[in-house]
Amino acid sequence: MSAVVDKPKAKRKSGTPKPKYSKDQYLSWYELMLRIRRLEERALLAYSQQKVRGFCHVYIGQEAVAAGIESAIRPQDAIVTAYRQHGTALGRGIASREILAELYGKATGANKGKGGSMHFFSAAHRYFGGNGIVGAQIPIGTGIAFAEKYKGTDNLCVTMFGDGAARQGALHESFNMAMAWKIPVLYICENNGYAMGTSVGRTSNVPDIYKLGLGYDMPSEAVDGMNPESVHEAITKAAAHIRAGKGPYFLEIKTYRYKGHSVSDPAKYRTKDELNEYRAMDPTKTTEQKLLDFGFVTEEELQAIKDMIKNEVEEATKFAEESPFPDASELYTHNYSQKDYPFIMD
Amino acid sequence: MARILQLREALLEAMSEEMRRDENVFLMGEEVAQYNGAYKVSKGMLDEFGEKRVIDTPIAELGFAGIGVGAAMNGLRPIVEFMTWNFAVLAFDQIVNNAAKTLSQSAGEFKCPIVFRGPSGAAGQLAQQHSQTFEAWLANCPGLKVISCIDPYESKGLLKSAIRDDDPICMMESEMLYGMKGEVPEGEYLIPIGVAAVKREGTDVTIVSFNKMILESLKAAEELAKEGISAEVIDLRTIRPLDHHTIVESVKKTNRLVVVDESWPFAGVSAEIAYEVQKYAFDYLDAPVTRVNSADTSLPYAAVFVEEYLPNPTKIMKAVKEVMYTNA
Repeated sequence: MSAVVDKPKAKRKSGTPKPKYSKDQYLSWYELMLRIRRLEERALLAYSQQKVRGFCHVYIGQEAVAAGIESAIRPQDAIVTAYRQHGTALGRGIASREILAELYGKATGANKGKGGSMHFFSAAHRYFGGNGIVGAQIPIGTGIAFAEKYKGTDNLCVTMFGDGAARQGALHESFNMAMAWKIPVLYICENNGYAMGTSVGRTSNVPDIYKLGLGYDMPSEAVDGMNPESVHEAITKAAAHIRAGKGPYFLEIKTYRYKGHSVSDPAKYRTKDELNEYRAMDPTKTTEQKLLDFGFVTEEELQAIKDMIKNEVEEATKFAEESPFPDASELYTHNYSQKDYPFIMD
Repeated sequence: MARILQLREALLEAMSEEMRRDENVFLMGEEVAQYNGAYKVSKGMLDEFGEKRVIDTPIAELGFAGIGVGAAMNGLRPIVEFMTWNFAVLAFDQIVNNAAKTLSQSAGEFKCPIVFRGPSGAAGQLAQQHSQTFEAWLANCPGLKVISCIDPYESKGLLKSAIRDDDPICMMESEMLYGMKGEVPEGEYLIPIGVAAVKREGTDVTIVSFNKMILESLKAAEELAKEGISAEVIDLRTIRPLDHHTIVESVKKTNRLVVVDESWPFAGVSAEIAYEVQKYAFDYLDAPVTRVNSADTSLPYAAVFVEEYLPNPTKIMKAVKEVMYTNA
């Protein structure tokens, strides 16, 4: 008989308020946010190594938005977003290895090397992209939701866009029709403060973007996007409204990107102090602290999660590195559904 | 039993039959429902199919075209009517950047089976903004198919094929010819996309045209026959994919080609056809390929400008005689 050594058990820190959600909920938020953070860091590294090319817009700082959305909606709900989309796709459940392989332009990528950083799509995950034209996904998301209503489901479509897209006419046309026809669409503006290099305050006389919905009598609110709890709560409420057949809902989720607009942007238009202010609210850090304070995990268990994510990203990198590029003949596939389409070949 | 139907009635039958056949087909656009269509193409459809499937939109071309694209990606088969293709320019982002790209950028995860349709081309003295053709603009873009047709029988069969097609389709009709009558058989039939039709057989010269210029071409051929010139007239019906084969085979027979195209001349349909023919029938050509396009200008209001701007039988006959090396 050998002596049984008890592992240290997690204990709630005295004076900590009661957790609002379950241990599993906090763990799943933490895992997803950490997965996004580490994969994005890897994407940036691979970009600096010139293994990833084209445009690349990372989600670092905005992870709580993806986490809070996914816990509050159903897998059969649809999501469509813009080109800062790696985190949203990971939230949908698209595998890290497929995402990294797509960034590498490999045949094993989420979209066979045809979409790159801006365009992941997955019918199985009800993920409608990954769209590159600012604001164009707003009517598309409205149409995806229109189809759900047409088919008589109670699914909704989360239609995400940035603060820059909020200034496009497509938003107003969509808001108007969605309210007129009571379409089950949840509009989410991820307001990260900057449309590329132009601050929200410089783009409009109305810096409170949620107010744009009020002109259409659409229920519209601003939400703190730096922690998954507040995002989850706002979306849960909005989704219930939409599923009750009352039409669309608009949430302006205030978040922040730590990096530039894309990898080529040094973000000189903002101050270090501003960046540090948001870093102090970092959703991965604060959620990690909550897991410890609530006594949900020990330091060792936390380390095990970090190791698991680290290994996943390493494995995904290896997979991307070792996968083959697509065959050049694939240029002629997926242009038309028609199999014998007569391309002009001279 | 064939009936005599107007173009608008043939298009109406095509949409109605396909909507009866497939619950996922619906029609949306400005004035399509309660007003029965700006040109009465959708007359009675609201009564038959109800407001769920025949939908009046606000004047928001970008928005409702995008709603159509999203609905198509999510399993429906929308027909989006533009009151004219001139207004569809507001929706080109959705047509060119999204509908045409969906299949490619998703690597086949999503398709976009949608029909965008409406009238194209000059229609009286409507001036600069309401008189344009967009066949060449849209046919330039891979991912799209472009139909342009005015014959009631053929338009019905082509529109039915378009609604069943899994690719995004732009269908150009004609405001001036919605009332044009033609024989349409009873019962079910389809006309394949991408196949031209020989409208008149001939031996001396080939005239290739489409949409309402086919009527001008046939008038010219009639006149030419009186002068002993036998013109073959080909109606493209589909612009993309272009039926190169039918054109090249005809030119191999006649050795002369005139393209009659209401589009502007620069980088248009006529230019594409001229390229194909010099490439694949070079040794058969007895004269340079000639074209009759609308003028390389905007179209102003006064009647004199319309006459000067558009192709007509006189201009076509002149071009034919040019390639025949006969003096007018």
